[in-house]
Amino acid sequence: MTEMTAELPPGRRVRLSLDRDGIIKRIFMGVIALYLVAALALPLYAMLSKSFVTYGFDLARYEFQVSDETGTVWSEPVTAEALNAELGSVPADDLRSSSDGRLTATTFFPDFSFRSPVKYRMRGTTDDAPWLVGLDLKNTTDWQEYDSNTFRRINLRPVKSVGAQNYVEYFSNPTLFSSIQNSLYIAVVSTVLTVVFAFGFAYAINRSCMPFKGAFRMIAMMPILVPSLLPGIALIYLFGNQGMMKSLLMGQSIYGPLGIVIGSVFFTFPHALIIISTALSIADQRQYEAAESLRASKWRTFWTVTIPGARYGLISAAFVTFTLVITDFGLPKVIGGQYNVLAIDIYKQVIGQQNFEMGAVVSVILLIPAVVAFLVDRQVQKKQVSLLSARSVPYQPRPDRRLEALCLAWCGTMAVFIVGIIAICQYAALIRFWPYDLSLSLKNYAFDRMDGGGWAAYWNSIKLALMTAGIGTVVIFTGAYMVEKIDGFKTGRGLFQFLAMLPMAVPGMVLGLAYIFFFNNPANPLHFIYGTMIILVISTVTHFYTVGHLTALTALKQIDAEFEPVASSLRQPFYKLFARVTVPVCLPAILDISIYLFVNAMTTVSAVVFIYSTHTALASIAVLNMDDAGDIAPAAAMGMMIFYTNAGARILHALASRRILNRTQAWRLR
Amino acid sequence: MVAMTRRGALQASAGDHVAEGSAQPYLEIADLWKSFGDFVALREVTLDIAKGEFVCFLGPSGCGKTTLLRAIAGLDPQTRGTIRQGGSDISSLPPSQRDFGIVFQSYALFPNLTVRRNIAFGLENTGRSKREIDARVTELLDLVGLPEQASKYPAQLSGGQQQRVALARAIAIDPGLLLLDEPLSALDAKVRVHLRHQIKELQRKLGVTTIMVTHDQEEALSMADRIVVINRGRIEQVGTPTEIYREPASLFVADFIGETNKVASTYQGGSVTLGDVVLATSETRIADGAAVTVAVRPEDILPHRAEDAGNGAANMLPVTITDMEFLGSYWRTHLRSDALGETPLVANFSMNAVRRLELEPGTAMAVELPAERVLVFARGA
Repeated sequence: MTEMTAELPPGRRVRLSLDRDGIIKRIFMGVIALYLVAALALPLYAMLSKSFVTYGFDLARYEFQVSDETGTVWSEPVTAEALNAELGSVPADDLRSSSDGRLTATTFFPDFSFRSPVKYRMRGTTDDAPWLVGLDLKNTTDWQEYDSNTFRRINLRPVKSVGAQNYVEYFSNPTLFSSIQNSLYIAVVSTVLTVVFAFGFAYAINRSCMPFKGAFRMIAMMPILVPSLLPGIALIYLFGNQGMMKSLLMGQSIYGPLGIVIGSVFFTFPHALIIISTALSIADQRQYEAAESLRASKWRTFWTVTIPGARYGLISAAFVTFTLVITDFGLPKVIGGQYNVLAIDIYKQVIGQQNFEMGAVVSVILLIPAVVAFLVDRQVQKKQVSLLSARSVPYQPRPDRRLEALCLAWCGTMAVFIVGIIAICQYAALIRFWPYDLSLSLKNYAFDRMDGGGWAAYWNSIKLALMTAGIGTVVIFTGAYMVEKIDGFKTGRGLFQFLAMLPMAVPGMVLGLAYIFFFNNPANPLHFIYGTMIILVISTVTHFYTVGHLTALTALKQIDAEFEPVASSLRQPFYKLFARVTVPVCLPAILDISIYLFVNAMTTVSAVVFIYSTHTALASIAVLNMDDAGDIAPAAAMGMMIFYTNAGARILHALASRRILNRTQAWRLR
Repeated sequence: MVAMTRRGALQASAGDHVAEGSAQPYLEIADLWKSFGDFVALREVTLDIAKGEFVCFLGPSGCGKTTLLRAIAGLDPQTRGTIRQGGSDISSLPPSQRDFGIVFQSYALFPNLTVRRNIAFGLENTGRSKREIDARVTELLDLVGLPEQASKYPAQLSGGQQQRVALARAIAIDPGLLLLDEPLSALDAKVRVHLRHQIKELQRKLGVTTIMVTHDQEEALSMADRIVVINRGRIEQVGTPTEIYREPASLFVADFIGETNKVASTYQGGSVTLGDVVLATSETRIADGAAVTVAVRPEDILPHRAEDAGNGAANMLPVTITDMEFLGSYWRTHLRSDALGETPLVANFSMNAVRRLELEPGTAMAVELPAERVLVFARGA
């Protein structure tokens, strides 16, 4: 059937002229693409290039002459390198430096005295040989003469060089290198546990006639409402040095891998559950009937029908969990003890040692597993979609006493674990002074008396969450609409799609660090947003862009593709169709995107920890900082404030959704 | 009106009853090509459509008929070639600047708007007052026979009703050209037949130039003024329904529309040879000695008694009945002939003929293949 285009008659390809709609759509898409470039691509590029930058003193670039006591007879010029080789005053390691490094010139002159009449001359041997005289920067190849009193105020400045040296240094540092191992270990163990627990839970909900399914489902979603470090606090109360059940650990310490893994299972559980549950909910009854008619045992049916049917869901859940754990920062910070992981290394390098270049290196390394997991997940998701479109008879679970008892026990255990963690935090927040004064009080909620930003931080979080939900939903939905409903313009759409998927692969901390490099650069025209609420909103919207984008795309794909042609044949502008039809029809998805952004903006730590300022401290950051300062109970109290808020927002969202749907979606009823 | 396709050109001039008197065609498609990557979906399509004409694009799925419709609408522009509508070149105009109304197979009704507001969608922002719009919508609802359904939502209507709403919405703005993309194929058989009639009625009343895409030959034959048969991106034939049926320009058309018996043979001086039987044919355009396919429609085969075959009677073939199916108004009869070897022949005999000739399985009889009904197509063409 395929015949070659070579037969096409010569001539120019017919192209449609653009109408107003086409132009407006392209402008919209361009603006949102520009947003993604500025908020994502350029910062990442800045970070990547930063990781290849090193600063060091290049002694060969400086030449000195010293006079005799009369200041008239001069010695032969000699380079600092030669002097150092002779004297060994600066070991090679100390020649490495940061962008702020300084090296006093007198180091190379052991006989130097600032009272001496001896004079000094110096010059650069290349164009780039900076030194400071006091605060004045000099950079010249002409001889400069200084008396000894001035000479003591001369500092050499490091020069920038580009290369893989930071990476070499990173991999030759065993402490840093071991973090990779630790991170992988934690992520793999947590992933296996979470997927197993979530699978059992999803199985019970989808494949059994167990009672209380609704309640279990609700409980399972609770961890989404709190920051990932909250389980850490609960674990400290349970098993920490003064923990209630410390003896249960039999000498094991909760501070370290154990605590991180338990906490990780807690906060990744709902994410894995949603994915696996979706996979299990699309089973085909007929396959089970076939298995039964072939007299396959239940056990065999489970392994030959159930597991293969859910395999894409399981793989996808595993990669999502893996990425969440390996990129998480809050939990190892709170309960990791001396156990170093990659996310912690970034934090330590940047906040502790101000070594931004090395922070960038660790970020790039952390990007690798995240990107790989992301790519594999995308492939798997594509296959899952093709399974979904198959026509099948939905599976109807049959009552089975033994199975139900087992399911109830499984879900019950998970529910106790999840509710228990939250309840412990609540208890911790209300206790006057653990473990000495167990009376209840609200004093831990007096945040204004603690470090961390106080109640202002909480209100900032609300502000951030509302702005993120509002602005983010508009930007994300509009972007998805333009990319889905624009005609032609394939390259542009492909590029946009790539930019929209990218945030999923970028850990929050990496994004945050990239923002420092990009927005804190005074040469950047967007520098003014640094340290404001705007940058927090931008980083949060960007960090959570992909899930919203995918939700919007799914909703938009379900709309008849012929609406746009019909509207343009009726000579109506696309924005009328957008406002009158597309948005109302997609309202459920739009509401979902907004609550997703709200909840995540309330709980995120990693995306904002590098870029908040004292005016824009956030509740989630306050939890981290109060915990850091030893105010664990107030930290738990603030964590619970986030929980109440998110739970409230969820309820409000559910009510509002129902009301809006009742009012505007009457057409859905037959 | 001239249809410039190689084969179509020969036939098209015969039945141009619609075009009579109109000098300038309303829609002129000239040497249109469309490619998707390496795949050529349309090749050298040239077609003129007169004002007020109802034209069907007919062909198997994937033949390019919908591609052609979408090119006319500007939804998927052609790669090469020009389209003129009402005398002006619209080849590179975006859909919003062309003049057409369209009904899709899915109807694409806006689910959250009532029937009334769906139909009014294209009337808004056109300088009409609300009263005018209301009046026009009411008029349209009457026209499509849905005066009671104005305030319902599309999901509350049956498929046929939704289809009519889509039609009303498309014609609300008085488009110069009405495009129907398989408008009936999502409906069940009964509704389809009823709506065929309604659409045709409506089109005649409005006089709007209409193009309908369909893969259903019955639909095309019963509704169209002219049919454009498309195969593998090419126009095979353009003609009135009777022309297409009675004088197919190619074996493809003969085969795709209606049923046909096909036998391989060789053409020699106005006749073809099947085994030891020589059949005269009125076909004269084929070179002597060419390998051909002979095509005869089942209803063109005339029954005779066995003895009529002798005496060198022209175009007579002795046959034996192998099987008969009763299909209500006629008998579908499977025949075997020594001249054809293993190839069976299918003929439709009327009940009268069957009774008169006392036909039943096993009967030896003769059939006549009238020379003007013996269609011959050069093979490999």
